[in-house]
Amino acid sequence: MKTLEIRWHGRGGQGTVTAAKTLGESMIETPLYFQAFPEYGPERMGAPVKAYNIISDEKILTHCPVINPNVVIVVDPSLIYSENFLEGATEDADVILNTGKNPSAIRKELNISGKKIYTVDANKISLECLGRVIPNTPMLGALLRVTQILPLETFLNHVKHTFAHKKFSEKIIIGNLEAIKRAYEEVKGE
Amino acid sequence: MQKFDAFTGNLAVATAMKQINPDVCAAYPITPSTEIMMIFADFVSNGEVNTELVTVESEHSAMSACIGASLAGGRVMTATSSAGLAYMWELLSVASGLRCPIVMTCVNRALSAPLNIHCDHSDAMGARDTGWIQIFSENAQEAYDNVIQAIRIAEHKDVKLPVMVCVDGFIISHSYEKMQYMEDKEVRDFVGEFKPYKSLLNVEKPETFGAMVLPNYYMEFKRQVREGMERARQVILEVGEEFSQRFGRYYSNFENYMLDDADFVFVVMNSAAGTVKHVVKNLREKGIKAGVLKPRVFRPFPFKEIADTLKNSKIICVLDRAETFGAEGGPLYLEIKSALQTIESNPTVINRIFGLGQRDFLPYHVENVFKEMRNYLDSGNIKMFDYVNLRD
Repeated sequence: MKTLEIRWHGRGGQGTVTAAKTLGESMIETPLYFQAFPEYGPERMGAPVKAYNIISDEKILTHCPVINPNVVIVVDPSLIYSENFLEGATEDADVILNTGKNPSAIRKELNISGKKIYTVDANKISLECLGRVIPNTPMLGALLRVTQILPLETFLNHVKHTFAHKKFSEKIIIGNLEAIKRAYEEVKGE
Repeated sequence: MQKFDAFTGNLAVATAMKQINPDVCAAYPITPSTEIMMIFADFVSNGEVNTELVTVESEHSAMSACIGASLAGGRVMTATSSAGLAYMWELLSVASGLRCPIVMTCVNRALSAPLNIHCDHSDAMGARDTGWIQIFSENAQEAYDNVIQAIRIAEHKDVKLPVMVCVDGFIISHSYEKMQYMEDKEVRDFVGEFKPYKSLLNVEKPETFGAMVLPNYYMEFKRQVREGMERARQVILEVGEEFSQRFGRYYSNFENYMLDDADFVFVVMNSAAGTVKHVVKNLREKGIKAGVLKPRVFRPFPFKEIADTLKNSKIICVLDRAETFGAEGGPLYLEIKSALQTIESNPTVINRIFGLGQRDFLPYHVENVFKEMRNYLDSGNIKMFDYVNLRD
């Protein structure tokens, strides 16, 4: 398989690092190797943060940030206009954005050439499924759809199991699973 | 039966500590090692270990309490970083001088000033001459395996010295990766029960510990520490061998990565060794004879074996993640240069300081150093000392 080098862009407090961690942990269900790590720094609520995943069928030797991601995920819609989220991304990178707009509209607006752009309204999904805006779990659903790294069912089972272990309420668990499923179905590519 | 799961370096160390189930832990929090004791405190509260957890008011007190508990006959562990280790410094040589087999994880972090919470090896390197055995770990797996082996090494009757297990702050301590771990029983069987050689609490045979020694005997005590350290060389290999046989992961005193016919050699410790291996693997695919020597044990430094392994290389770059202001080069460089004095051949050795305060160290930085090394073989010119990824 092609090694997945994923870079997450979010804001402190949105669960971006937790999303990267959850994705990493879910790889335990596979024979794949993985890393999940944040951009190390002081944690400040609302400040832009980055997190990374590397997923490979070979042992991962490097211990350094991903510079040339082949998957970029923007968890916070405002970062689409304030972060250079395409920096270093490979020519054929999958770019998954949390926005209500269509991929073609974003491509035109930001004048992006190359890459594959996907969009999903994770804020809306989160609000409807969980009653508040925590876009990290729906973004995981979109990521699964785009990368096909793990079957949806396997991932949902993993999340259910981990969230139950963390003693989250039934309502929160069901809401998160629903959010992941909806984003999986609703993510749009060009 | 071993299982795979996602671990951070800190979780790996805390898990090893849980499985070892020490008698006493005394600790004071400091980033990035804080989480080890946080997780371990949960194990204590949940009754998963029988450890007496002593929360003290400073690292100076933490090490003092560890020494007291160790002399009382307990199996003792702790963890710290950076300024915490620096604040313990006075007690580090007390622990080794009193032959306390304490096992401490040092989650490597830079020293102030300027204040920086990120990774480099300045903390551990400042403690290299305090009589502690120092073992370095590339990733969470090695941190876990090293902590477990450290107990056996420290408590061995021929050694009786404290062991510091080093693991890179944030880069490893806070990153998740896939790791294999043993069952509690397997670990407890491996480390065995601690039988103290002498104990303050042995009222049948009262003894004095930590008495003042005048010039007529002080040197003999220090020689004994040296002898314990020298005997540790063999013990580290034996424990590594037994660990390999039981659990299938091989440990020696250094790792030889594609070194056998290598012309170009990088010497580097801890997490950066992985990044360098990645580049060397790519160079090998292009037919370039490159290799990596990763010292696992820094004290006692395996100078003979390393010199023997490096003798046929053409150029060696020693990568140091710590400064030695006013010396010819970084601490690892000095060890390698000194080791090569024990053999006939004389490969060129250059020194590059990288990653201080966790400055990025990326594959292309290694490639750039390699280009300098290759150019040297044609031109004979190279800077003997330089920094990697530093502003002009």
